[in-house]
Amino acid sequence: MSASVELRGVSMDFDKYRAVDNVSVKINPGEFFSFLGPSGCGKTTILRMVSGFIEPTQGQVLIGDKDMRGIGPNKRPTAMIFQNLALFPLMKIWENISFGLEVRGVDKATRRAKAEELLRLVELEGVADRLPSQLSGGQRQRVAIARALAVEPQLMLLDEPLSALDLKLRQHMRAELRAIQKRTNVTFIYITHDQGEALAMSDRVAVMSRGQIQQVDIPQKIYNTPSNGFVASFVGENNKFSGTLSGISGREGKFKTDVGEFAVTLGEGVTKDSKCRLYVRPEHVGFVAKPKASTNFVPVTVEDVSFEGNFAVALMRDRTGKRRSAELRNDPANPPPPPGTATNITFDADKALVLLDSEAVAYEEKE
Amino acid sequence: MRELFRRYGSGLTLLAAALTAFWLLALVIFPYLGLFEQSFRPYLPVVDVGGPKDVYSFNNYMSVFHNPTEIDFLGGKITVPIHLWVFMITIIYSGLTTIVSLLLCYPIAYYMAKVISPKSLPTFLLLLVVPMWVSELLRAFAWFIILAYKGPLTITLQSLGIITDPVHWTWGLGGYSGVIIGLNYAYILFMLFPLYNAMTSLDTNQIEAAQDLGAHWWQTHWRVIVPHTKPGIASGCVTVFMLSVGSILVPTLVSSPSSRWFTEIIQQWMFESQDWNTGAAYAFLLLIVCVIFVTLMMRLFKVGLADIAK
Amino acid sequence: MPTLPSEGLTDMGKHFFLRFYSFVFLFYLLVPLAVMAAAAFNDSAFPSPMPWKGFTLQWFSKLYNDEYIWQYTGNTFVVAVFVVLVSVPLGTAGAILVNSLTGRSKALLYGVMIAPVLTPGAVIGISTLLFWYKFNVPAGLHLSVLGQSSFIAAYVMLMVLARLQSFDGALEEAALDLGATHAQMLRRILLPHLYPAIAAGAVLAFFQSIENFNTTQFTRGASNTLTVYIGSKVRSGIKPDINALATIMISLTIIGAIIYEVMRRREAARQAALNLE
Repeated sequence: MSASVELRGVSMDFDKYRAVDNVSVKINPGEFFSFLGPSGCGKTTILRMVSGFIEPTQGQVLIGDKDMRGIGPNKRPTAMIFQNLALFPLMKIWENISFGLEVRGVDKATRRAKAEELLRLVELEGVADRLPSQLSGGQRQRVAIARALAVEPQLMLLDEPLSALDLKLRQHMRAELRAIQKRTNVTFIYITHDQGEALAMSDRVAVMSRGQIQQVDIPQKIYNTPSNGFVASFVGENNKFSGTLSGISGREGKFKTDVGEFAVTLGEGVTKDSKCRLYVRPEHVGFVAKPKASTNFVPVTVEDVSFEGNFAVALMRDRTGKRRSAELRNDPANPPPPPGTATNITFDADKALVLLDSEAVAYEEKE
Repeated sequence: MRELFRRYGSGLTLLAAALTAFWLLALVIFPYLGLFEQSFRPYLPVVDVGGPKDVYSFNNYMSVFHNPTEIDFLGGKITVPIHLWVFMITIIYSGLTTIVSLLLCYPIAYYMAKVISPKSLPTFLLLLVVPMWVSELLRAFAWFIILAYKGPLTITLQSLGIITDPVHWTWGLGGYSGVIIGLNYAYILFMLFPLYNAMTSLDTNQIEAAQDLGAHWWQTHWRVIVPHTKPGIASGCVTVFMLSVGSILVPTLVSSPSSRWFTEIIQQWMFESQDWNTGAAYAFLLLIVCVIFVTLMMRLFKVGLADIAK
Repeated sequence: MPTLPSEGLTDMGKHFFLRFYSFVFLFYLLVPLAVMAAAAFNDSAFPSPMPWKGFTLQWFSKLYNDEYIWQYTGNTFVVAVFVVLVSVPLGTAGAILVNSLTGRSKALLYGVMIAPVLTPGAVIGISTLLFWYKFNVPAGLHLSVLGQSSFIAAYVMLMVLARLQSFDGALEEAALDLGATHAQMLRRILLPHLYPAIAAGAVLAFFQSIENFNTTQFTRGASNTLTVYIGSKVRSGIKPDINALATIMISLTIIGAIIYEVMRRREAARQAALNLE
């Protein structure tokens, strides 16, 4: 059984600070849904409101179409996986896993059997009688998942549970979590500031900033068609250009900047008078020594090239001193220009997106 | 408060609040307020209590200034109210005890925290724990025996040929030498352990860094170790001073004919005169002294109450 | 940096001084107790090991046959048990409460809680006596229990609070999230974490109560505890049977300390073995 979750106009105030600001979103049963955003964006607050540790100041939280106001965390059909896992240090592994059953009055033999079954599910057998302190980080992770699954929740809430693991284990556990979610078909709500995690695991992602949802969509759309400047900056890398719009026709237009005028595609809601910026992903940037006047190009000097194996990253400066970057697929026949080269970068009009400067552009890279 | 209800639910929160309220109201705040109130009331026969004569006044406190008595002081004679004199002597000698035990303990605390090998430390601690856990009564009683006239100390020193005639060990310092020795012995470990705890939290690298930069050992102590130990010093001083000022057993057991302690006068009011109101006033004076001393230490060492109560 | 030629020597000298001084310090702490204990075996009417008048065990048998001692020992234990029963719940509840508060209310509550620790026992005793007298509760050992508990609860509070500060609040939330009631959470998660501190607090409370003189002196009425009895007897002519009692108490302390140390070493060894695994 898995439940839908709906937030209706939910806000949360801590004294004078508004952590969550009028958030509405509907999460489908059996969905793997992520809230992605920088620390302090309100994503953890949302999770704690769904789990019932805090009540929203305004709005409604519905789980399976039922309003949860006044229902405590121990009465909600949710199970949470905490950032630090919160395994009970004084209980054996099987006692940890079956704790949710113990407090429901299930007898010991049944509990023990259920714990063993769940340990098999998370592929961690033979540790039932150990203490949490005797397990490795990855093993503890699996115990935390098993413990949450033991209460057969309709909804799993995960608060950056992978952040304490090392890189390799983290990537392995991503696939594992995704597989467990598909196997159990429980709705997962996943909180993270790591875009790679969110994009790789989720069915849909909500990008948050300053307590507001900036965009909700499938991972591909989040990356390829960000709805505003914040999403474009926070998810993935981008070359940014400030300037003014002119010559709008349909979704196309001209964008005039200090380093030239470009043919661009307009993002959602962009009009001539909008406060907006131009975004170009590094992987859409190419080099051209002698550009045609009709193409988009920016004269640059190459500063550094780092070879990463399957691709290479080139860093340049344009004549205003701004840093520009390009990500090039590894091609032995066509290597990136060496540092010191004066050349031009170029990009297609349909890959050059002009996006609204969201109210919430808190996430500004220092340039 | 909201945090509490969230964490523990209303039932448990109310239970914890009720228990704490009983403790703090019935055992601490109301008795203290009662003491304060009673200290301003006159000592009256039962029939007059609550009657027209039962009015608030400072008379109980003024008793401190009664009975001017001639006292030997620094070779000369001065005339002071006897209770005031005992009050001052109690404070001064408690302060002296505090300073002496601080000086005696500092090198030991440093030795335990930074010099002794980790292997011998448990044994050392064990040897300290025994006198710590033996009660205050027995620690005072031990010195009652040792300092007795013609007692073990005299006999030992005589047999070593250091003294010939028996000495009244408790008669020095105007009759207070025995009390000071006893107080120091009884409470010294309450100085040592806070100092030791504060010093163990100092990163040894800081000491080595100071030495590496060319500091003399006394400069290292004065500029690095002592400042770090401040909370421990404050805590130890407050505890030793409070215990000394309020001690009854030590001044009773290790006394001389002329050593009177303020707590003994309080006992006199309470038990011999049966004047509980003046007893309350005197007890309140003792409390004020302690409050002033705690405040002084917090200011002097710039530490909070939480550091002192460790 | 040029090395001072005498540096090595002063270092040695300094540590030699410290070692010598620490030896003197231990001597100073332990010899008086030894002197007191030795007097228990001296066949002399005055409690002193010197002059030595021959070995005797008569003071132990005198002590054994002293029915007051037995009675007051009983009183002492009853008071101590009640002090534990009162101060442990109060101190634990207080610690949980103060740990969840923040800001000014926390500082205020904390200040009131530790005030009795910084107050002379005589003041606590007298204020307890006067307060309950207003409600026509006469002096007696029951007041001693209340008076002692007022500051001993603060010791328990400090120990439990220290332990609480190492407690991860997410564990409480995890338990609630898994469906536990608040009471189940308390019983299965929080209290097991606090037990070592609560147990240590109970032991401390017990011993603090046994050795208490000042507060008991003013609250006891006509009843006696061992400490008060001996304390008031010393001046009115004391016999070495008190030394016999002291010797027993010191022996118990030493045995207790050794048991504690053995257990500590065993636990350390167990931890080391666990970490190796």
